[in-house]
Amino acid sequence: MWEYTDKVREHFLNPRNVGEVENPDGSAEIGSIACGDALKLTFKLDENKRIKEAKFKTFGCASAIAASSALTEIIKGMTLEEAAKVTNQDIATYLGGLPKEKMHCSVLGQQALEKAIENYKGVASKAPAEKIVCECFGVTDHEIERAIRENKLTTVEEVTNYTKAGGGCGGCHPEIQAILDRVRAESKPAAKPKMSNIQKIRKIEETLEREIRPSLKQDGGDIELIDVVDNRVLVATRGACATCKASDITMKHFVELKLREFVTPELTVEEVTK
Amino acid sequence: MKTVYLDNNATTRVAPEVLEAMLPFFSELYGNPSSMHSFGGQVAHHLGQARGQVADILGAEPEEIVFTSCGTESDNAAIRSALTVSPDKKHIVTSRVEHPAIRSLCHHLRKQGYRVTEIPVDSEGRLDMDSYEKSLTSDTAVVSLMWANNETGVVFPVEKAARMAYERDILFHTDAVQIVGKTPISMKKNTINMLSFSGHKLHAQKGIGVLYIRRGTKFAPFFIGGHQERERRGGTENTPAIVGLGKACALATANLKEENTRVRALRDKLETELLRRIPGSRVNGDTAQRLPNTTNISFEYVEGEGILLLMDQFGICASSGSACTSGSLQPSHVLRAMGVPFTMAHGSIRFSLSIYNTEEDIDFVIEKLPGIIERLRGMSPYWKPGEKCASA
Repeated sequence: MWEYTDKVREHFLNPRNVGEVENPDGSAEIGSIACGDALKLTFKLDENKRIKEAKFKTFGCASAIAASSALTEIIKGMTLEEAAKVTNQDIATYLGGLPKEKMHCSVLGQQALEKAIENYKGVASKAPAEKIVCECFGVTDHEIERAIRENKLTTVEEVTNYTKAGGGCGGCHPEIQAILDRVRAESKPAAKPKMSNIQKIRKIEETLEREIRPSLKQDGGDIELIDVVDNRVLVATRGACATCKASDITMKHFVELKLREFVTPELTVEEVTK
Repeated sequence: MKTVYLDNNATTRVAPEVLEAMLPFFSELYGNPSSMHSFGGQVAHHLGQARGQVADILGAEPEEIVFTSCGTESDNAAIRSALTVSPDKKHIVTSRVEHPAIRSLCHHLRKQGYRVTEIPVDSEGRLDMDSYEKSLTSDTAVVSLMWANNETGVVFPVEKAARMAYERDILFHTDAVQIVGKTPISMKKNTINMLSFSGHKLHAQKGIGVLYIRRGTKFAPFFIGGHQERERRGGTENTPAIVGLGKACALATANLKEENTRVRALRDKLETELLRRIPGSRVNGDTAQRLPNTTNISFEYVEGEGILLLMDQFGICASSGSACTSGSLQPSHVLRAMGVPFTMAHGSIRFSLSIYNTEEDIDFVIEKLPGIIERLRGMSPYWKPGEKCASA
């Protein structure tokens, strides 16, 4: 038996907003009976362009029904800009969490919402570049990428739990792995353009002045930049810092961290004694 | 709240008589049946009696009975033994609708280099005997076919299939977990080499299984250890469970008639009334060759998990072949092998009865289920309103 939260059970047993809005401003159908879950979402806006009414019809398991019910409750009263920011995690959080194998129910809700908003705006629902990766469940590369980004997924199994992709014949597992590798490579911070030595020294001076000296001076200390050799920052301590036993720690945990943050992460700080 | 238990193919309650028979073996009769003293020896005497009772339900000889820990162990022991005793043969024949105990094992063996043929079934879940016959080759080490299907209750003609294997000198094993105690069996009248079943499906406790090995069938043990079970399965005997299983087999033999009259009639009533009251419903599986206690019914355009959870609100216990309940993303492999349409496969519910079910149980389900299906269909984007379920 699944470990459903009380909130999931409650929303399954007493689902809110079941049905279809008459003359909806936006509507979307997502999923299919072959896939085992499907959701039809309809909404209507008020005069201030906020969602006045949202209703669902869902074929699927208890968590799919609960996620649909939660979705309609979440978006009521939102502008479409606000609604567009609702993620599948928001739906899962609203329900107090979902079993990991059931996360795809929250993704279903998010996708229906996205498509319904597109329907209102009159945008083509699927970008032409989108490509079906999982033939069994009709999941596209865009859907997989979005789930990976928004939920920080790292394995094929997690992708299956969140999108169903790869849950049938398994033939697309290599392709899902390739998407995972690609998204993960992109998400690494891009290397900053290389600074000239002059720029680097100027930035170090600025950071010392703005971020570091004020704190040190509070304790009666000071710091002086002696030299910069590649990424080695040579400094000397003054005043109270020069005799403080904790100054090593100050150097590593405060000065170095600040310089790395504001200048470049490759820096190391060394204290030179006279 | 009263529990209406209609999930007896998953497991059964321990019969009160079985529990009573077991209790002394937890207390005063704790001896080891292998001991030389009479204190242990008296336990061996009870084991012998139980072995006889188990042999009787199969129409077999006591020395053909090996006690194991469960049906899965028996299945594993049988298949692996067959492969060990025919080391030159690399082919296994089974069906597409086997229990995971056989199915997963065969998939595992396939990865180890064995060739596995899974015989298809038709839309009623009946074995394709033509493709079965064609699958048997001189390289085939073993055939393993379930006697009755756990999900649909459909009974395979395993005795006929075993005869065809025997004529080709191929070992034949059957997973008989669901059928023992529900239909008379006589191993003297067939050529099945090995048969597995499990105690907890016929009102004995969990954790006791049986592997029948026909006299003369070569056997290589799976559990190697002491001399127990004539060196076919090492390990000190689970004496309370074995004694309980003996009692359960004796009870099942005595209850065979009731199982095939009263229980069958209750099952038929449940099935007929649900089909009559709920439009868009159908039975999965051949109703002519079927266990007397099982019915698998699909309700169109709804998902099984929702049905189970709403039934749970009324204390009704059953199972579903839907994707959501299995933890996988696809409906049960049995329903898929039968080609049950998706609109139906996701909404399949298995009801499995036992002699402990009453007419009131069945009437209660007949009363509650139409409302449950209607409620879920009211939420389903596929259901066309207008077709109401007949009220109870």
